[in-house]
Amino acid sequence: MERIPILKMGEFLLVTIQVDMHDRLVMTLQEDLTERIVKSRARGVLIDISALEIVDSFIGRMLANIAGMARLLDAETVLVGMQPAVAITLVELGLSLNGIRTALNVERGMDLLRSSADIGGQ
Amino acid sequence: MVADVEAKLDIKSSEDVVRVRQAVRALAIRTGLTLVDQTKVVTAASELARNALDYGGGGVVTLERVMNGSRPGIRLIFEDQGPGIPDIDLALKDGYTTGGGLGLGLSGAKRLSSEFYIQSKPGEGTQVIIIRWKG
Repeated sequence: MERIPILKMGEFLLVTIQVDMHDRLVMTLQEDLTERIVKSRARGVLIDISALEIVDSFIGRMLANIAGMARLLDAETVLVGMQPAVAITLVELGLSLNGIRTALNVERGMDLLRSSADIGGQ
Repeated sequence: MVADVEAKLDIKSSEDVVRVRQAVRALAIRTGLTLVDQTKVVTAASELARNALDYGGGGVVTLERVMNGSRPGIRLIFEDQGPGIPDIDLALKDGYTTGGGLGLGLSGAKRLSSEFYIQSKPGEGTQVIIIRWKG
């Protein structure tokens, strides 16, 4: 069965979405990721969407749901690598992705997660 | 306006929505749309294909290449035989949904298109036509 790989990077998990998302794949990813967060005690999740050529309201809702689930499991989510054309289109579509933090790339996303983990730990 | 039918695709599953996106992308590239315009029309197509699937019980999309004088564009015609939309003005409002979505499908697709037309009759189905002109 088709699956989206989840990589462990230190205390964070990295999900790289490289295929066109459809419902079943989304369900599988939600199950796999929530299980991995618990098993690995990850404090943060990076979702790399640099290979996604579009984000529609279905994919946007799916990303917001994943961030919400991760938050319930004490992990922060950062969306990284959005293409400029996707950002332009999302704003015109009216989808603001409220509640999901974004960073330009994986490196900056990790910096963001580290700094929020530090603040949380004080 | 001159129109050439390029393809007709069924929308019966979530995988079909992905296929519609890919076919619209290929046509948008062949028509010479910019990357941003390609992204807009593919996103609009994705919203409308999903609407046809979720609210219309499935449908069909016709992909056309159109010419207005020397200006090329693409026209997409989405049709379903679903329950129809009783109040189109209400359905076009941001945030309005009957199906648990975000309510951005129709209104968002309209904003992302150069031209947008919708016809619907309760009990008979819905037809949505969008055009994206080059430039």
